[in-house]
Amino acid sequence: MSPVSRGFLGHRRPVADPSRLPPGQYLETGFPVLSAGPTPHTPLDEWSFLISGEVDEPVSWPWKEFLELPSEQVTVDIHCVTKWSKFDTHWKGVSVDTLFEHINSEAAYLTAWCDGGYTTNLPREHVTDGKAWVAYEYDGQPLHPEHGGPARLLVPHLYFWKSAKWVRGLTLTVDDEPGFWENYGYHNLGDPWLEQRYQGD
Amino acid sequence: MARAALPGRLTWQLVSVVDLVEETSRTKSLVLARPDWPGGYRSGQHVDVRLTAEDGYQVQRSYSIASAPEDDHLVLTVERLDDGEVSPYLVDVLQPGDELELRGPIGGYFVWEESLGGPLVLIGGGSGVVPLRSMLRHWSGTDRSVAVRLVYSVRRLSEVIYHDELLGYGALDGVDIRFALTREWPDDWQGRRGRIDRALLEDVGGPPSAKPRVYVCGPNAFVESAAGWLVEAGHDPSRIRTERFGPTGT
Repeated sequence: MSPVSRGFLGHRRPVADPSRLPPGQYLETGFPVLSAGPTPHTPLDEWSFLISGEVDEPVSWPWKEFLELPSEQVTVDIHCVTKWSKFDTHWKGVSVDTLFEHINSEAAYLTAWCDGGYTTNLPREHVTDGKAWVAYEYDGQPLHPEHGGPARLLVPHLYFWKSAKWVRGLTLTVDDEPGFWENYGYHNLGDPWLEQRYQGD
Repeated sequence: MARAALPGRLTWQLVSVVDLVEETSRTKSLVLARPDWPGGYRSGQHVDVRLTAEDGYQVQRSYSIASAPEDDHLVLTVERLDDGEVSPYLVDVLQPGDELELRGPIGGYFVWEESLGGPLVLIGGGSGVVPLRSMLRHWSGTDRSVAVRLVYSVRRLSEVIYHDELLGYGALDGVDIRFALTREWPDDWQGRRGRIDRALLEDVGGPPSAKPRVYVCGPNAFVESAAGWLVEAGHDPSRIRTERFGPTGT
């Protein structure tokens, strides 16, 4: 049990549905930006999305073909490890299930890799069965570069560092290989409902 | 990267508030007893602070470490955000002798230590100067063979945090400290009047061939512009590390 902070009353804001707010989070109405380096600006004619690694045949889609894949509109709550959550965010993108229809693989893990060098690792079961998308629209507009455009991974049930900005591919792996923040002490999975912020949480 | 490099579990610890230093009218430095962190910490890292009300209600926020790893105390410099929940408590209510619950150190990318070399280019906007001050303090304890340049953008002179300390560094060989005052400046102000721009950044960044280590911290729009100009000037994006706060305007 934490001791009481002398004189701290809290400045509680009513949250319409507190059951949607994971422990230790607060509701944010803006859309904060976090990234470890400069924002990359890859021209769309040089952009492609690649699924590779432990697959029978790697598959890749140039930008225009990627947009022709069946897409979905999703409205989800997102949770950043820096404590903010944002409810009812609207995205359009391609479900990872749709992408995986094009490959054959037994691999249990994957690494999302990105322009700018960022990576993050995920168990395959956390991006399949309607749990993850490669999103290219936010709120009906092309995804802004600061928020990860042209496309970012969207894995809303995990802390948002798993929703890799500027994503360019998924590499399937037999073993779980920690990504960028996972190597700097952040939790390997990052379930906000279990408050898995840092290693050991 | 090797898994062995991972730090251990981050546990919550209570530390005593030793002193509170008013840096500006809105900003205080919290001087805290050093937490029991097995590996210490590195300049640029941050901590999570947790407050608990009588009824058990808790909130957490992250704050950058302002002190250098070799300092006697852990110092957090906190700017009061008027609509905030934690910063008004830390700035207005907390007193010496109180205890504060925190855990850390957190983050391992936005860090500088001597082995990373330089030239070291630090670009701070507002309270984004806090982790950069930790780097400068740490640098001052080295043999100072790495050249350092700091640009610190702030609205007015009265909002400059660590003013005298930063001027002190500026008097040292190999150090270039510049303030950019964006809203108001004294009539005789010799520094930059107005926001930083591409030309200033190119000057401070120096030639890309010198391969500086660049750290940019501040509000998102500030970081986006500064980092973008440096990349366009030819600096290697992988040598530019950023830390951002606040929402985008869009």
